[in-house]
Amino acid sequence: MTRAAQPGALLIIIPAYNEEAAIRGVVEEVRATLAGAPVLVIDDCSSDGTKVLAKYAGAEVLPMPHHLGLGGCVQAGYKLAFELGYDYVVRVDGDGQHDPAFIPAILETLKTTGCDMVIGSRFVARDGEHTSAPRAIGIHLFRAVLRPILGKTVHDPTSGFVGVKRTALEVFARSFPLEYPEIEALVVLQRKRFTFQEVPCRMRPRRGGRSSITALKSFYYIVHVLLGVFVNVLRFEGRRRRKST
Amino acid sequence: MNHLLNLVTAFSIVLMAIVLISLRRSHIRVEYSVSWLGAAATLLLLARWRAALDWLTRALGLSDPATGLIMIVFCVFLGVFYRFSVIISDLKDANIAMAQRVAILEYRIEALNEKQQTLEHS
Repeated sequence: MTRAAQPGALLIIIPAYNEEAAIRGVVEEVRATLAGAPVLVIDDCSSDGTKVLAKYAGAEVLPMPHHLGLGGCVQAGYKLAFELGYDYVVRVDGDGQHDPAFIPAILETLKTTGCDMVIGSRFVARDGEHTSAPRAIGIHLFRAVLRPILGKTVHDPTSGFVGVKRTALEVFARSFPLEYPEIEALVVLQRKRFTFQEVPCRMRPRRGGRSSITALKSFYYIVHVLLGVFVNVLRFEGRRRRKST
Repeated sequence: MNHLLNLVTAFSIVLMAIVLISLRRSHIRVEYSVSWLGAAATLLLLARWRAALDWLTRALGLSDPATGLIMIVFCVFLGVFYRFSVIISDLKDANIAMAQRVAILEYRIEALNEKQQTLEHS
């Protein structure tokens, strides 16, 4: 995997932090679905057996020297993929919530529609099964906030089941939100005039471990993400205005 | 009022002493001590130079020099905290970028070593 990738090559990245209960199953499932596609687990300095189990399951592991948080971890994967010349990267969470059976649909949409990013959405054709009530409320709020900014409805803005092509990979390798990145990443892409699409997919309950967003952190999460969205809007608007003067 | 001014004077001197001792023991870098020393010097100056404090209090539209002094203390430390927030943010960004770079390089070196070992065995 460390050699330069062939044109059209796909890399699956799996950010993981203390996911020893799920990581082996996730890697094996991804490898069974996409035989031959390299799988890179980005271990965010887990204190459990995540790294060992991921290697055992056949993944390559990019271990972080210290805990960076989800955004820093995902961006490291994007940076490596960009440097190695991959054209497509699909991110799958390490907790088993994302069904790898939907990766081919994400990849196909990336290849055929010309959009730069594809989101696996639990709301496009489904009712969002396995979504907790606070998360569902948050999703409705973010949907309403993002609609005027993005110019269209994004049904599942908090989904981490995303595929990107090299154009978006280049942007994310340089600049990627570090905490709770999914929603801000959409704004970053939109400001660059990049396009995204959603494809229906199924989400499952976590196989183990704990979500980083606890009930107490939910409020902080909402404030942080809203602030991040508005800062991104202002930042790019400001630059554009300066350029035009 | 005099009691407050004396308190601020003592506080400024203690703050300066702590910063200088920390500097001497290399607990704080020179560039980051400047803000604290500047803040302490400003407070010392205002606490000992009554005319300047009265002028600033009037300029702020206040009538009581004690309120003026507290407001100035608040603003000075708000400025220091803001400066350090900017520094911490820059350091965090640099730290994350460096950690990612280290991880990627380590990964690529390990892969090269494995490749070399495979070549040596074959």
